[in-house]
Amino acid sequence: MVEIDALTKAGMAEKLFEELGLNKREAKEIVELFFEEIRLSLEDNEQIKLSGFGNFDLREKNERPGRNPKTGEEIPISARRVVTFRPGQKLKARVEAYAGTKQ
Amino acid sequence: MTKSELIERIVAKQQQLSAKDVELAVKTILEQMSQTLASGSRIEIRGFGSFSLHYRAPRKGRNPKTGDAVQLAGKYVPHFKPGKEMRERVNASMQAGS
Repeated sequence: MVEIDALTKAGMAEKLFEELGLNKREAKEIVELFFEEIRLSLEDNEQIKLSGFGNFDLREKNERPGRNPKTGEEIPISARRVVTFRPGQKLKARVEAYAGTKQ
Repeated sequence: MTKSELIERIVAKQQQLSAKDVELAVKTILEQMSQTLASGSRIEIRGFGSFSLHYRAPRKGRNPKTGDAVQLAGKYVPHFKPGKEMRERVNASMQAGS
């Protein structure tokens, strides 16, 4: 696969500057707030639903047995809360159509 | 939290931009993210996480109505891997008992 550079916050701010004419400082701030507000909501145990894109859900995992891969020593993996992403129908349909040369 | 609530919360946290501008910005960000994945590229946001595509091999499925076997083509699906800060912050709130 031809690896095109990954999209980063800088690339998003650049787009807001080019397409919407936000100045660079405003563009950077909006991108930061976008991700920070999603994190704050998840931190509050609140699910996020972004129609057309997908949902960020929270799941609680029980403690389970684990192993230190280096030493082989058994150590329990503690109970924890994790974030999962469920892509929406629209995003899934757009991505499915991608016939990359990966694989 | 929905997209419109996300827009409202961002509006409340900054002074420069109108609600309309923030709405356009959020929609532009999401469209660029979808477009990036649809073109086979990754998204990497430090402290938040990364989005990439995972390949699903072709498989035989069944039409649930008729029971007929159908061949399903291989496809790509979006995948999100939470970053370190995200994992820690989400889990910290559970450890603190909320």
